[in-house]
Amino acid sequence: MAFLSYLIGGLGLGSVYAIIALGYSMVYGIAKMLNFAHGDVIMVGAFVAYFALSSFGLPTIVALILSVVACTVLGIVVEKLAYKPLRGASSLSVLITAIGVSYFLQNAAMLMWGTDTKIFPTILEGTLTIGELSIPYLTLLTILSCIVIMVVLTMFINKTKTGRAMRACSEDKGAASLMGINVNQIISITFAIGSGLAAIAAVLLCATYPSVYPTLGSMPGIKAFTAAVLGGIGSIPGAFLGGLLLGVIENLARAYISTQLSDAIVFMVLIVILLIKPTGLLGKKVNVKV
Amino acid sequence: MSETREKVLEVRNLGIDFGGLTAVNNLDLDIYKGEIYGLIGPNGAGKTTVFNMLTKVYQPTRGTIKIAGKDMDKLNPVQANQVGVARTFQNIRLFSNMSVLDNVKTGMHNELKYGLFTSILRLPKYYKLEKESTQKAMELLKIFGLDQFADLTAGNLPYGAQRRLEIARALATDPKLLLLDEPAAGMNPQETEDLMDMIRKIRNHFDISILLIEHDMKLVMGICERITVLNFGQVLAQGLPQEIQSNTEVVKAYIGE
Repeated sequence: MAFLSYLIGGLGLGSVYAIIALGYSMVYGIAKMLNFAHGDVIMVGAFVAYFALSSFGLPTIVALILSVVACTVLGIVVEKLAYKPLRGASSLSVLITAIGVSYFLQNAAMLMWGTDTKIFPTILEGTLTIGELSIPYLTLLTILSCIVIMVVLTMFINKTKTGRAMRACSEDKGAASLMGINVNQIISITFAIGSGLAAIAAVLLCATYPSVYPTLGSMPGIKAFTAAVLGGIGSIPGAFLGGLLLGVIENLARAYISTQLSDAIVFMVLIVILLIKPTGLLGKKVNVKV
Repeated sequence: MSETREKVLEVRNLGIDFGGLTAVNNLDLDIYKGEIYGLIGPNGAGKTTVFNMLTKVYQPTRGTIKIAGKDMDKLNPVQANQVGVARTFQNIRLFSNMSVLDNVKTGMHNELKYGLFTSILRLPKYYKLEKESTQKAMELLKIFGLDQFADLTAGNLPYGAQRRLEIARALATDPKLLLLDEPAAGMNPQETEDLMDMIRKIRNHFDISILLIEHDMKLVMGICERITVLNFGQVLAQGLPQEIQSNTEVVKAYIGE
């Protein structure tokens, strides 16, 4: 029974990672860049939701919507101001810029909201008890949200014109633009979706671990990035699988091996998997043309 | 050619420099509605560079391009496509991980007038428009004998079928001028023969003009109504196929002295 409850706890944590990893993976798949500021978008989402809930006493759903809107706008603005001028620049320049944006957001948050840790209000209490097993409703909600997001996103990518255009851009931006697809707009939409999802992840994350502070996005950001790489960066089912796997491994390692070593174990698993399958679990084989 | 026919393409004094190198210079080109036009020349003559200027992948250094009467000067490749120019590529550039059907539907992106929210909320309009575009795409695929492969991944198609799919995808954008960059490259004589029929069929069926780059002289002389020969970025000759064939300058450029 204990194992099962750790497993479900791990799936809950993993669902948050998966939602964040989707943002990393989609942006990488389409803009071919690692957006290291993605974790800090989560932080902004968490602060927006915190103020909406604590300072203005708004209902949870309204706080969530405000947070999603704020992060979506932030994602679009960051892409326009920081990344778009570097379209066509070397990937290193873009990477350094992303790290710069990350520090900028963290420091801006420290200036505006202070460095002290704020306590995120409880949004969902209670547990579901089945025999000896008790699962917090929040964990169930998190897992459910992740599944819904995954299904909706997959349908969006596979069945709509924007999704089709996104897939086309991820394969060949030049050919896509010659077919009349506005590549800049598609990249903008990708950032918007990724950042909106980050806001949902932020609320779910802070509901589980209720402390809000300016560097809160760093660790989940890195873990989700790991999850995206583990699953195969650029792949949406990969981000989902990688996230869940990472959460479960982390939670089980924490329970059965060592709390302090859990992160080390997570990254060790990443290294081992990448040694066996360098493109990640569901990553596509990259054919280099000679 | 009578001057009363509608001009689909009007190029005047077109030129482009890359650093100190003049890749194309002084190009004049008129293509009329319904015409099949050949652009030939030895390797490195600047043929694909002309295509890249017509589709606004490259910004010309000099000269003007008008497509269907519209000045292309300030436009980017997306806008150029919307004005009515579409192309295929010398090396196939399909979206090879997408299905054959989706490749064609990608070409219909701007024609599908539903917004982001309509598609997320799956309103009836979404289903209606998607269904219409699927039907239209399937009709296109049928013309190219690709309808039975609709659900296959494009990258898994045989080579000749990939070339045909590229043409279908370009046509899906509803162009007035179709640019084909070496459509017969890598095809055997029988496939080339079929391709010639197909190019004529496309022109008649879609009522468009076609400008093609090709090294296969049988194809060029067989279907092109007029031809321009480029050499080192300059026009070497311009005229009817029989004029080009008997032009000593052209023969020299191809075979050497």
